[in-house]
Amino acid sequence: MNTEIAGIILIYALTAVLAIPLGRYIGKVYEGHRTWPDLIFDPIDRIFYRFSGIDAKKELDWKQSLFALLTINLVWFILSMIILMNMGKLPLNTDGNPSMTADLAFNTTVSFISNTNLQHYSGETGVSYLGQLTLMLFQFISAAAGMAACAVVFTAMKERTTEKLGNFYVYFVRSCTRILLPLSIVVAVFLLFRGTPMNFEGKAHYVSMQGDTVQVSRGPAAAMVAIKQLGTNGGGFFGPNSAHPLENPDYLSNIVENGCILLIPIAMVFALGYVLKRKRFAWMVFGVMTVGFVLLLLPAVTQEMHGNPAITKMGIAQPMGSMEGKEVRFGPAASAYWAITTTVTSNGSVNSMHDSLTPLSSMAAMLGMMVNAFYGGVGVGFLNFYIFIIIAVFISGLMVGRTPELLGKKIEAKEMKIAAIIALLHPLLILAGTALSSWLYAHNSAAYAGWLNNPGHHGFSEMLYEYTSSSANNGSGFEGLGDNTPFWNISCGIVMLLARFLPIIGPVAIAGILARKKYIPESAGTLKTDISTFGMMVFAVIAIVAALSFFPALTLGPIAEYFGMR
Amino acid sequence: MKQNILPALRLTIFCMIFFMGIYTLVVLAAAQTLPDKGKGKVVIVNGQEKGWELIGQKFTDDKYFWSRPSAVDYNAAGAGGSNKGPSNPDYLQQVQGRIDSFLVHNPDVKKEEIPSDLVTASGSGLDPDISVQGAYVQVKRIAKARNLPVERVQELVKRYITKPLLSMFGTERVNVLQLNIELDGTK
Amino acid sequence: MSQHRRSQHLFEPALVKEALGQAFVKLDPRTQFRNPVMFTVWIGTFVMAIVCVWIAAGEKGQGGLVYNIIITSILLLTLLFANFAEAIAEARGKAQANSLRKAREETPAKKIFTVGEMYVNEVKVIPSSQLRKGDLFLCEAGDVIPMDGEIVQGIATIDESAITGESAPVIRESGGDKSSVTGGTKVLSDQIKVRVTTEPGETFLDKMIALVEGASRQKTPNEIALTILLSVFTLVFIIVCVTLKPFGDYANTPITIGAFISLFVCLIPTTIGGLLSAIGIAGMDRALRANVITKSGKAVETAGDLDTILLDKTGTITIGNRKATHFHPETNDDPKAFIRLALLSSLADETPEGKSIVELAHNQGVEAEMEKGMEFISFSAETRSSGVDLRDGTKIRKGAFDAIRDLGLRSGHVMPVSMEVVVRSIAQNGGTPLVVALNNKPVGVIELQDIIKPGISERFERLRKMGVKTVMVTGDNPLTAKFIAEKAGVDDFIAEAKPEDKMNYIRKEQQGGKLVAMMGDGTNDAPALAQADVGVAMNSGTQAAKEAGNMVDLENDPTKLIEIVEIGKQLLMTRGTLTTFSIANDVAKYFAIVPALFIVSIPGLQGLNIMNLHSPESAILSAVIFNAIIIPMLIPLALRGVAYKPIGASALLRRNLLIYGLGGVIVPFIGIKAIDLLVSLWF
Repeated sequence: MNTEIAGIILIYALTAVLAIPLGRYIGKVYEGHRTWPDLIFDPIDRIFYRFSGIDAKKELDWKQSLFALLTINLVWFILSMIILMNMGKLPLNTDGNPSMTADLAFNTTVSFISNTNLQHYSGETGVSYLGQLTLMLFQFISAAAGMAACAVVFTAMKERTTEKLGNFYVYFVRSCTRILLPLSIVVAVFLLFRGTPMNFEGKAHYVSMQGDTVQVSRGPAAAMVAIKQLGTNGGGFFGPNSAHPLENPDYLSNIVENGCILLIPIAMVFALGYVLKRKRFAWMVFGVMTVGFVLLLLPAVTQEMHGNPAITKMGIAQPMGSMEGKEVRFGPAASAYWAITTTVTSNGSVNSMHDSLTPLSSMAAMLGMMVNAFYGGVGVGFLNFYIFIIIAVFISGLMVGRTPELLGKKIEAKEMKIAAIIALLHPLLILAGTALSSWLYAHNSAAYAGWLNNPGHHGFSEMLYEYTSSSANNGSGFEGLGDNTPFWNISCGIVMLLARFLPIIGPVAIAGILARKKYIPESAGTLKTDISTFGMMVFAVIAIVAALSFFPALTLGPIAEYFGMR
Repeated sequence: MKQNILPALRLTIFCMIFFMGIYTLVVLAAAQTLPDKGKGKVVIVNGQEKGWELIGQKFTDDKYFWSRPSAVDYNAAGAGGSNKGPSNPDYLQQVQGRIDSFLVHNPDVKKEEIPSDLVTASGSGLDPDISVQGAYVQVKRIAKARNLPVERVQELVKRYITKPLLSMFGTERVNVLQLNIELDGTK
Repeated sequence: MSQHRRSQHLFEPALVKEALGQAFVKLDPRTQFRNPVMFTVWIGTFVMAIVCVWIAAGEKGQGGLVYNIIITSILLLTLLFANFAEAIAEARGKAQANSLRKAREETPAKKIFTVGEMYVNEVKVIPSSQLRKGDLFLCEAGDVIPMDGEIVQGIATIDESAITGESAPVIRESGGDKSSVTGGTKVLSDQIKVRVTTEPGETFLDKMIALVEGASRQKTPNEIALTILLSVFTLVFIIVCVTLKPFGDYANTPITIGAFISLFVCLIPTTIGGLLSAIGIAGMDRALRANVITKSGKAVETAGDLDTILLDKTGTITIGNRKATHFHPETNDDPKAFIRLALLSSLADETPEGKSIVELAHNQGVEAEMEKGMEFISFSAETRSSGVDLRDGTKIRKGAFDAIRDLGLRSGHVMPVSMEVVVRSIAQNGGTPLVVALNNKPVGVIELQDIIKPGISERFERLRKMGVKTVMVTGDNPLTAKFIAEKAGVDDFIAEAKPEDKMNYIRKEQQGGKLVAMMGDGTNDAPALAQADVGVAMNSGTQAAKEAGNMVDLENDPTKLIEIVEIGKQLLMTRGTLTTFSIANDVAKYFAIVPALFIVSIPGLQGLNIMNLHSPESAILSAVIFNAIIIPMLIPLALRGVAYKPIGASALLRRNLLIYGLGGVIVPFIGIKAIDLLVSLWF
C-alpha cells in the first residue's frame, strides 16, 4: 500500500484505539467515579475549590449552570482585553512586539474565549510571550468550559426526572485538571523531544550556507502546541501553525499532533456512552460521525494526491500531488487528513495552507465546518450533534406514528423551537456574513482590494471560508484573506461570539427542560435511537440542514472553481 | 449573576497561576533535560554554525540542491505560505516562471520530470525537505557545477533519503540542508 | 362493523366542486397567514405579479413576459392546490358529519311545558331547533328523537341504525348506565320522557363539525412543533435566497426576481406545508368514518401514542356472556340423570347462562318439558341460587359453590371432596362452576366458560407489536381472570375490578410516564374516563361518561380502541413521511435550479446540470411545475393516510425512510426531467 495512505490509516487507528479508553475515563471523571489518578488530582481540585470558594457538593439546575458559564466567560473577556491591549508594556516581551489595536484585541479575545482561535495576527510578531501564555490559558479554560457544558447535557440526558444537573464548576475544574492537563503535559514533553522549542529567548540569528542572515522565532511553543491540538483550539504559536517545522518537526510529531485533534472529541462520545450506560447509543453517534468524516476525507485525500489540474496542464510531474502550501515531510495525504480532521472538529490548526487546497478539498473542509458535528469541538461538538439528534428524533418519531421521544423524554414544541433556532443560526451567520462582505466587495472592489489574495471564485471562497470558520468556532482560514481590518475583526468577532454561546445555551436548555420531564420507559413502540436506521436518519438531517443550505454558496465558490479548472 | 461573579474571578485567577505558571514551568523544566535546553537545535559542522536543524534554507546556487520556493524567502522571523489558490492565474504564471527558470538552469531535464514540489511554495515557507525526485532531477546540474561524476551525486542523494516512518508510514524525502552540507564536504 | 357504510370516493364531484370554490376563497391573506410556509408562497406570487406588470411596463432585465406570467400562474396554482387539499379534507369531514346531523334537523319535538307552579304535562309540538338544555320532551313509538338527552322516565327500544348502522334495536331506560339517547335515532316501542342535555349547536356532532371547519380548529401540540420546524426550514431558505443576491453580484451574475422566487418556492417545504392541515382534518375524518366522534384533534394524535389500553372483558375480549360447556356429575352412574336435573333447574332461567345450560342439555340429547306444578325459584341475592321445585316435592337448586355448600351443610350434606376438586379445576381453567343440588345434596357441577372472541388474540398481538399493552378489566376472581387473560393474550388484567381500581391502575401507569386509554359507559366510569389520556365513551353510555371522555364511539364497539390507535398512528406517520418526502425533494430541485441560475455567466457549471435539462428557463419552469403538481398528486395519500404496519418501530422507520426519504430524492429527478422534456418544446 501507498505509505502515505498507510500513514493516515495509522493516525486514525491510533486515535480511535486511544479514544475509547479515554472516553471511559472521562465518563468516570464526570460521574465522580474512582480512577487511579485521583490520588494526585483530588488534593489539587480541593485547592481549586477552596481558593475559588466553590461548594463542590452543591448541584445546579440548567439555568444556574448557564449563568455560571456566561459569567466566567465575561471575566475572561475582560482579562484578555486588558492583557492584549497592553502587552507591549508588560513583562515577557523579549521581541518587543506591540500591543493590539482595540478591534484586533476584540477579535482575538472573542476568538480565544470561544475556543475558535481564529488568528488575525501572526504569532511571531503579533503577541508577546505573556500574550501567548494568556492565550494558552484560554486554550485550556475555553476547552474545559465547552466540555463542562457538555457534561451538564450528559447528566441531563440520564434516564430520570431531575432539576439538578451536577455542578458546572466541578465539571470545569475536573476537565482542566484531570483531562486536559495530564494529556497536555505528555504531548508537550513528547514534542520537546521531537524538537519543538520551549524557552523565553528572543529571536535567534544565523547566517545561512548561502550567506543570508536569517532570524528564527522561538519561545514557549511546546506547551502551547500541546493544548492547542488537544483542546480543539488550533491557535498556533507560529504564523503557519503546525506547518512550521518548529511547531511540527517531523512525521512522528505530525501523527501525535493530528491524533490529538480527534482524540478528545471522539472520547467525549464514548464518555456519553459511559455516563448514560448506553454503549450502543454512543456507537451510533460515533458511527454517524465517522461516516460523515470519511465521506469528507475521501474526496480531500484523492483530490490532493491527484494534484492541481492547472499544474498538470503545464506538463510537469506531480508525483506527490498538489504541493502548494504543503510540506514535503507530511505529503498531500497527511495534509488532506489534517485539513479534514481540523475542520470537522472545531480545531482549526493546520499543517498546510488551506487557501491553496484544490477546490473540492476546500469544499470538504468547509462542509466539515458547516456541519460542525462530525466529532466537533471538545464538548461543543456533541452539543451541535445533539441538536441534529433532536430534529431527527422528531421527524423519525412522526414517521413511525408516535410523538417523538429521545431517551425516554418527549420532544415537544418548546424543544423544537430551541433546536430549530440553533440549527438556523449557523447558516444565518455564515451566509449573512459572506453576503455582507461580497456585497461590499462587489460594489466597491477598489476600496476593499486588500481583502482578497485570489480573484474570482476562489476569492469568494476566501470570504465564505472565513465566516464559516468563525461560525464553526474553528479558527483555520484561507489565510490569503487580508483579515486584520476593523471590518473583518469586528464582524468575525460578532459571529464567533454568537456562534459560541447560543449553541451552548440551546442544547443545555433543551437538555435541562427534557430532564425535568417525566421519564417514559421504553416499549415496543418506542423508536430505538441506538440503531443504524436512526443513525441514517440523523445523517440525512445533517445532510439536509447543514449541507443543503450552503449548496448555492458552495456552487459559487469551490464548485465553480472546480469546474472552471477541468 | 452576583453569586457567580466572585467564584468566577477567583477561579480565573487560580487558573492563571496554574496554567500560565505551573504548567509552563513543568514543560520548561522538562526542556532543561534536553541537550539544547529547548532553545532549538543548531547544526554545527566543524565548529561552524550552518543553520537550524529543522528549518529549511534558501538555496538558489547551481552548485547546491535547491530548496522549494518560499513565500517568505526562508526567513523564520515570520513564516508563512503563499496562500495562492490553485486556479489563480497570477499564481499559475508564477509557477510557469519557476518551471521555465528551472529548465534554463537544468537544460538536461525534461519538463515532465520536474516534480511539482520544486515549483510550488511550501506551507511554512521553511520546508527543509524536497521530494526524492526533486533531488534526483537536480543531480546533473550539480554534478556539472561541481565537476563531480553524476553517479557520485546520485549515490549521495540516495544516502540522504529519509525513509518513511518505519518504512511504512508517510513520505519519502530528502533534507536539503544535510544534503548540501554533505555536498560541500564531498570532493 | 359498518365503517364502510358511508365510504365515499376520495373525489366525489359535489365535494370537489365545493372544494374548488373554497380553494379560491382561501386565497385571502388572513387565512394564508395561519400557515407560514404557504404564506411565503403567497407573498412570492404577489411579488411575481408585480414583476409581470413591471415587465409589461417596459422593464428588460427580468426575462420575458410570457415566461414570468407562467411562473406567476404556477405559483398561484401551487397555492390553489394547497388550498384545495385543505378544502377537500374539510368538505369530506363536513359531508360526513352533515349526513349524521341531517337526520335530526327540524324533527318535530313533543316538548313538555310547565304550567304555573305545578308540573302539568302539557305537550306541544315544536321544531327540534327550539329545544334548549334542560327541556323535557316526550317520545313515543315511531317518533324520531329530536335531540341528545337522558331518559328521565320510562324504557324503550330504540333503533340507532341511523347513527351506528347497527340494525338490531337497543334498549334504553331511565337510571343506570343505558339512559342516554341520541338525536336522530328512532323509538320503536314504549314511551320515554327525556331531558335535553345539550344546547343546540353544542352536541358532539356540532363540535366535531366545528373542529373540521377552519375557524375553531386548534393546532395540536405536535402540529405546532412541526409547523415550527417547517417555518425554520422556510427561514433557512429565505436566508439562502436573500444572500444569493450579493453572491451573484460578486460573481457578476444577475439573477432575475423570477428565478429567485422560483428557487425559494421550490426549496421551502411547500408539499408538507400545503398538505399539513388536510392531514389533520383527514385524521379526524377517518375517526368519524370509524364512527368515532373526537372532541379534539389532539385526542386522535394522542391515540397514536398510547402505551396501555384498558378493555372490559365482557363484550370486548369474550363474547357477551358465559356459556355452559360441560356437565360434571358427582358419580358416573347415570350422567343423563344429572343433565336432566341441570336442565330442569334452568328451564325457566332467562339468564344467558341458564339458556346456555338448556341448549347444552339439548345438544347432549336430554329433553325435558315444563310441566304443570313446577315452581321455579328465581335467583335472589339472599340464597344466591335458583332452581325449581317439582310437583313431587323434589327440590333442585343450582348456584355458586359456597352457596350450595352452605345449603347442603344446613341439611347435613357434606360437599364431596371429588366435587371440590372439580370446582377448583374449573376455576383454574377460567371457567365458572355452578353446583347443582338435589334436595340440598350436591350432585354435580355445571361448567360455564367464557368464550373468547375469535380473532381477538391476533388483534392483541398486533397491538403488542405497536408497543401497546392491553389490560383486561373483569369482575372475575383472579384465578379465572388470569386464565382468560392468558388465553386471550392480554398482557395484564385487573380482577374483581371495582370502578376505583380502574382509576388507580390508570394513575399508576401514568405515573410511569405512560399514556392510557380506556373505554367505558357507566357514570362510575366517568372519573376514570376523564383521567385516561384517551377516554372513549360509548354512545349508549350515560351523559356523564360522554362528557368525561374525549371520544364517543357511536357503534358502542369496545374493540374500537384498536382502530383508534391505528388512526392516531396513521395521522402522525402521514405528517412525518410527507415532511421527509418534501425536504428530500430539495436535492433534485437544487440540481435543477442552481445550475440554471449561473450557467450563463459561469458555463463550467454545466457540469452540475446532471439532469441535462434543456435550458435555464425550462429547468426553472420544470422545477416549479413539479413542485406544484406534487401537491394534488399527494392529496389521496394525505387523506387516506400512510398505511400503518405493525412491524416494530425500527422496521417501520427503515421502510418509511426508504420509501419517502429515498423516494423523495429520486422521484423529483425523474419528474423534473420528464417535465423538462415537455417544457423544452417551448422554452
